[in-house]
Amino acid sequence: MKLSSKDMLGIQDLPREEIDLILDTAASFREISERTIKKVPALRGKTVITLFFEASTRTRTSFEIAAKRLSADTINISASTSSVVKGETLIDTARNLESMNPDIIVIRHSAAGAAQILAGLLKQSIINAGDGAHEHPTQALLDMLTIREKKGRIEGLTVAIVGDIAHSRVARSNIYGLVKMGANVVICGPAMMIPRDIERMGVTVCYSMGDAIRNADVVMMLRMQLERQEKNLFPSLREYAQQFSLNRDNIRLAKEDVIVMHPGPVNRGVEIAPDIADGPSSVILEQVANGVAVRMALLYLLSGGTQ
Amino acid sequence: MKKNKVVMDAEGIDRSLTRMAHEILERNRGTDNLIIIGIRKGGVSLAERLSEKIAAIEGTEIMSGTLDITLYRDDVLTTGIRPPIEKTYIPFPLDKKRVILVDDVLFTGRTIRAAMDALMDFGRPALIQLAVLIDRGHRELPIRADFIGETLPSSLWEKVRVTVTDDRSADEVVIEEG
Repeated sequence: MKLSSKDMLGIQDLPREEIDLILDTAASFREISERTIKKVPALRGKTVITLFFEASTRTRTSFEIAAKRLSADTINISASTSSVVKGETLIDTARNLESMNPDIIVIRHSAAGAAQILAGLLKQSIINAGDGAHEHPTQALLDMLTIREKKGRIEGLTVAIVGDIAHSRVARSNIYGLVKMGANVVICGPAMMIPRDIERMGVTVCYSMGDAIRNADVVMMLRMQLERQEKNLFPSLREYAQQFSLNRDNIRLAKEDVIVMHPGPVNRGVEIAPDIADGPSSVILEQVANGVAVRMALLYLLSGGTQ
Repeated sequence: MKKNKVVMDAEGIDRSLTRMAHEILERNRGTDNLIIIGIRKGGVSLAERLSEKIAAIEGTEIMSGTLDITLYRDDVLTTGIRPPIEKTYIPFPLDKKRVILVDDVLFTGRTIRAAMDALMDFGRPALIQLAVLIDRGHRELPIRADFIGETLPSSLWEKVRVTVTDDRSADEVVIEEG
């Protein structure tokens, strides 16, 4: 079985069978990261370019490690040190790169749809590493892999996603994916951070933490995005933390074997208490490990095959 | 009309495996540092059977593992059909170990080439020996088996199918006219 599209732009249009394929493949790739020689020759001679117009530690390093473990060559371009600073447009940047014949381009950009533009223009496979507040498909895939690994399944689980839903591409992609896979998704946050009519995505909306995480199997806390707020959407971080952070008191409302997730980086004391972030229910670091496996699976599935 | 011919039945397979187990022990003078590694998918059950037989003969447990060679194939990106990757399970470094690679059918030799490249990434084995149930000829690489159940001359258009499962009475080797 193979993926039907040459690109990975989002979860919205990704069929459930393909999500299963990616997760199954990723599960096998985990083992490679535990070997002494963490390399297999599958993508030998292929070139993967990561084109990041926004800051990133996790995602970019994860893609780079994934590509290198498959023996591909990687090139990292960050906008701040490239000709973008001289005014070069996205499309020109992409066309120039295309002329050097890479195989896969991974792009993160602050504008929604940036990855889609490249996908339409270039013959290379394009992977969306985050486009504005739109989608972040590899994050959702690694989150689903983590849930599947820890809980044995996704179908029928209650997953609570808490935070600035409106500005979160992680939330959006996870909502698409988890609803598609049959989970019962509950979202929660300050009222001005919950998009109107979001129930149409198949989720339940709660405005209080207690209601949201009651009996949840999975609680996913989103980062309070200090750099993305132009306007003050809440009075203070303290007030946000008082109402919407996950701590040892309210976590008792969730199921006893609840798993706590966070896409990172974690603002301890803001959206999540330190003892919860580092505690036994937390699977935050496993998410990171699964991220490498999922990205390896995606690079493998998208490359090669019939042109 | 496709003609199927059963060339080995359950008893025959069992006898061959018993002989091969003895040969492996004879050649390696016992089980010191011996590891049996089955190549997915066809070699896995056979490796289990050989391990059982060797353990029964010598009265000791024997180290074993499984190897998925998909990512080392020479056609990994060109076949279009992507074989699902299963797990490789080799939980110890292979330095100084005597590895017995096990597969069901030895044909072009490309699988074994891939398997050896994969094994080298797990350490430096003292030696690698190859045990196969069927050697059907038509090598495309200079590879040969050390322990062979049966040599089965075949035509390129024929398919050799080995069935070795938990239902041991259903074990068989069938040659199908392609």
